[in-house]
Amino acid sequence: MRVIVDRLSKTYRDRTGRELAALVDIALRVEPEEFVAVLGPSGCGKSTLLGIMAGLLPATAGQVFFEGERRDGQPLTATVFQEFALFPWRSVRRNVEFGLEELGAAPEERKECVARFIAMTGLEGFEDKFPHQLSGGMRQRVGIARALAVDPAVLLMDEPFSALDAQTRTLMMEELLGIWERARTSIVYVTHNIQEAVYMADRVVVLSRRPGRVLDVVPIELKRPRHEGQMGEPAFVHAQERIWGLIKTQAQAALREGRA
Amino acid sequence: MSGSSRVAVQDRAAFLRRPEHRLLRVAALAGLVVVWEALTRVGWIPALFLPSPVGVLTELGEMAASGQLFVHLGASLRRLLLGFAAGGGAGVAVGVMTGFFSRADAVGQPLIAATFPIPKIALLPLLILWLGIGEPSKVAVIALGVFFPMAINTYAGVREADPLLVRAAVAFGAGRWSVIRKVIVPSALPMIFAGLKLGAGTALLLLVAAEMIAADSGIGFLVLHAGNIMDTTKLMVGIVVLSLLGLLSHWALACCERLAVPWRHT
Ligand SMILES: Nc1ncnc2c1ncn2[C@@H]1O[C@H](COP(=O)(O)OP(=O)(O)OP(=O)(O)O)[C@@H](O)[C@H]1O
Ligand SMILES: [Mg+2]
Repeated sequence: MRVIVDRLSKTYRDRTGRELAALVDIALRVEPEEFVAVLGPSGCGKSTLLGIMAGLLPATAGQVFFEGERRDGQPLTATVFQEFALFPWRSVRRNVEFGLEELGAAPEERKECVARFIAMTGLEGFEDKFPHQLSGGMRQRVGIARALAVDPAVLLMDEPFSALDAQTRTLMMEELLGIWERARTSIVYVTHNIQEAVYMADRVVVLSRRPGRVLDVVPIELKRPRHEGQMGEPAFVHAQERIWGLIKTQAQAALREGRA
Repeated sequence: MSGSSRVAVQDRAAFLRRPEHRLLRVAALAGLVVVWEALTRVGWIPALFLPSPVGVLTELGEMAASGQLFVHLGASLRRLLLGFAAGGGAGVAVGVMTGFFSRADAVGQPLIAATFPIPKIALLPLLILWLGIGEPSKVAVIALGVFFPMAINTYAGVREADPLLVRAAVAFGAGRWSVIRKVIVPSALPMIFAGLKLGAGTALLLLVAAEMIAADSGIGFLVLHAGNIMDTTKLMVGIVVLSLLGLLSHWALACCERLAVPWRHT
């Protein structure tokens, strides 16, 4: 599935009528089966962009299109939320099952699918626990399993590994790349972490500080399947430095602005 | 004076702890009964004004044995349960609708605000006029009394539902009714139970009032009738039964809540 973001702008307006521009004139494309990372300083509108792509927020101007073929009953998108957004009244199992329920999947099919993704995210033995009984990292993995379980045409992930320790994060990154290579979905992956973005993505979209604009799109020319050994390769280091160069000036400006 | 010494850390927050003191709780209740019994034994207070606890218990036993108690209790429970179910069901439905749909809110809010302050017992004569002197008017007045706290609490619970969770449900394909069933209602459950507990108190109050005004059965009738013939012991039996009824309904609701809202209790 191809995603076309066409000159998208978003301005939040609060009750007193004050306006806050979050996104300005964003144009980008996600090709079928492509892995695109979106990187930018905090508050630049990354979550807002994903929300609009998921159809959960209205855009102020511009549009988002999806183009291409979809299997019968396959949802267009599924979202991994930055704040996890688990249902506190549902056990781990029932949280993961939620999307499948809404798709109208048969009970046996649901059960099999839920078990698979619970195993994949390392949540076995916690199926009947409620979210408040889990650690932050485990909650995040429930959110990931819930999104993967519905097998969407486009997967929208908002800092999905932010609450994980470094080791689990590396393992989950490999796991996600494996899933993506098998399912051939398109992925939009929001992150703060340059290394993570370069390691996983085909292209990295770098946003400016608020209001978010596309500063640059950096293609990552590394062979797939990716492995940790590539992190020392010149192409990896070069991409990382290029992105850091873009981000640094933004972050410095944002910090100066904050002090002033 | 200066110098080094070794100091063990004291638990300085010890006085803030609040242990349960189970024994004290039981003793307080037992103490009341003992003092009461003693007062009546000494004869300072005539039995006409205050019958002894033992006398009340004996009377309770006799009324239970003769079946008289259960006739009244049965009549009261029936009214209570019917009124509670009707008022509670309607209250939850109206609360969910007005909380979720903006049009229902626009219509319902002013209507509820206008009718809520009416003391419900004042409507009993009107209800009797409409529904007759029989059961329906008593059930209706209880239902009305339960309806308002339920509708208002449910509304507040629905409005408090986390918008992030609503969006998450929509992100996974939930439509309007799915969102209501799977997100809105579970979010509102704690508030719904708070409403049920409030409603239970109101229901008991209205039950007794209605039975005193227009009934020939029920605990309220029993209390009023016993008072009229100066049978204070029977009157006290009625009051004790009412207090047990209140305790029991609170306890039953607390149990239901623990079952229905398991994510809040573990
Ligand atoms: N519901 C809202 N109402 C008003 N302003 C909002 C709302 N949501 C976000 N904003 C503002 O829009 C801007 C972008 O927010 P957004 O959450 O998209 O940033 P982000 O890039 O995801 O940040 P982070 O990396 O910290 O998650 C922020 O300045 C924020 O204050
Ligand atoms: Mg964000």
